[in-house]
Amino acid sequence: MANARESQGLTRRRVLQDAARAAGGCAAAGLLLGLYAVEARELPAEALRPPGALPERDFLGACVRCGLCVRDCPYDTLSLAELGRDGAATGTPFFTARDVPCEMCDDIPCVAACPTGALDPGLQNIDDAQMGVAVLVDQEHCLNYLGLRCDVCYRVCPLVDEAITLERSHNTRTDSHAIFAPTVHADACTGCGKCEKSCVLPEAAIKVLPARLARAEAAEHYRLGWEEKEKAGAPLIGDLIDLPDRGFEPALKLPGAGGVQ
Amino acid sequence: MSASAKAFAVAGTEAIAAKGWLGAHKYLILRRISQAGFLGVFLLGPWFGLWIVKGNLTSSLTLDVLPLTDPLVLLQTFAAGHVPALTAILGAIIVAAIYAALGGRLYCSWVCPINPVTDLAHWLHMRLGLKKGWQPKRSTRYWVLAMVFVGSLATGTLAWELVNPVSMAHRAIIFGAGFAWMVVLAVFFFDLFVSRRGWCGHLCPVGAFYGLLNEKSVLRVSAANRSACDNCMDCFAVCPEAHVITPALRGTAGETPIITHRDCTACGRCIDVCSQDVFRFTHRFADRPARTDGPVEPLNAPTGAA
Repeated sequence: MANARESQGLTRRRVLQDAARAAGGCAAAGLLLGLYAVEARELPAEALRPPGALPERDFLGACVRCGLCVRDCPYDTLSLAELGRDGAATGTPFFTARDVPCEMCDDIPCVAACPTGALDPGLQNIDDAQMGVAVLVDQEHCLNYLGLRCDVCYRVCPLVDEAITLERSHNTRTDSHAIFAPTVHADACTGCGKCEKSCVLPEAAIKVLPARLARAEAAEHYRLGWEEKEKAGAPLIGDLIDLPDRGFEPALKLPGAGGVQ
Repeated sequence: MSASAKAFAVAGTEAIAAKGWLGAHKYLILRRISQAGFLGVFLLGPWFGLWIVKGNLTSSLTLDVLPLTDPLVLLQTFAAGHVPALTAILGAIIVAAIYAALGGRLYCSWVCPINPVTDLAHWLHMRLGLKKGWQPKRSTRYWVLAMVFVGSLATGTLAWELVNPVSMAHRAIIFGAGFAWMVVLAVFFFDLFVSRRGWCGHLCPVGAFYGLLNEKSVLRVSAANRSACDNCMDCFAVCPEAHVITPALRGTAGETPIITHRDCTACGRCIDVCSQDVFRFTHRFADRPARTDGPVEPLNAPTGAA
């Protein structure tokens, strides 16, 4: 009886030891895996997600890497990230604007193909896509900024005159010409990348960046006076009160100003 | 050459003598055809423009109507905190239902693209007469499966899909490999030098998951003719989950000859290599207790083994 109990105790100990070993081994492997997963969350700036992609953190928990969006893209814009070659998390869809930009199909076939909702089916109008924001990163090389009329990025933009406008200013170098500066309006820009693709320079002067890099953020308490005025329909501080100017009377006594001590 | 290597070297020779080479490799050949077929049907599109199936094993669309999704991958999205769209949920239910009904681990031996890799590793391992090596408990795979879910939960990503050799190999062939072949090669070397049948038989959480679906499925291998067994041990030598054979083959009169263990991948290799035709494919209900008005066969006596 005592022996039976003892051997039962040994068996229990064996079982617990085996379980601890397996759990410990998996915990060690799991920590490494977790480390890798955290590393893999970083998306390189030049890798753009398809239209409608959830924010990157959510996207990595939603995309099953099936490639159905890749297959249904009629322009072969998208590809699945290959391990160790493309920077995006392995197997996830992305595109590189300079190689093949997004053609902004009206029916958004990539979103329709997504079985998991990693590409948000709520995106109904491709003009609302936010794949990134174009930024004219190098004014020193941009031909328009040099005073030429290249205009290519402006003309290929699917939202011409909304996402990119040409802002005219005086060319101080020649003193007799104008500079037509391509200017991106981030609210309208979808990040399709057609401007970057078609920039005539060997290395594009205009590039699509993820919004986190492309955009500044105003401090929360900032208010633009002219906007507030418009909202209120009237100046916020009402009529100015004109107080009488004072301070020149000799009677004014200030400490240490040579008056009576 | 070690004893086990010799045992492997001769495994099936009697069967070849008795049934011919083709007869002794029937299910092996069928399995390779099936594995190639599951890969090939995905390649018809990208290679020949014949779009029967789009996507890959994690999620696909067949003939533009039938969505199929790997249930393990979908559960990872849940664990990562994403509620997937209905298409993927429907696809996963279809896949899980088919495997649960037919045979969960049919996935491992008839579909999985890693199976030929680990089979090759095992073949070479035996030819080289290597020792078993590290043999973690077979239950380790369930711990790995738990790790997959905890990892997904903790990182908010599909943790296993970052390293999963199964989906990676399939995707690599269909969409482009990058360095994914290194992961496949790692599994090959692991099985060849570190651990006999180590990956599929002890660690792979995908196999563990499909094993859980295997609990009640219909298609089974049975040692129906076990009285003819001449103890050549060939079936044990070729079986990737050899522990599943013993209860069925060595069972006493009251015990079922059907292999009911969830680890059985229904690869049918035991059927191939048996010169005495002890094994055959059957269904789990072949084991139903015989009706009292009929003749009672001793092997079909009622048991609670299922």
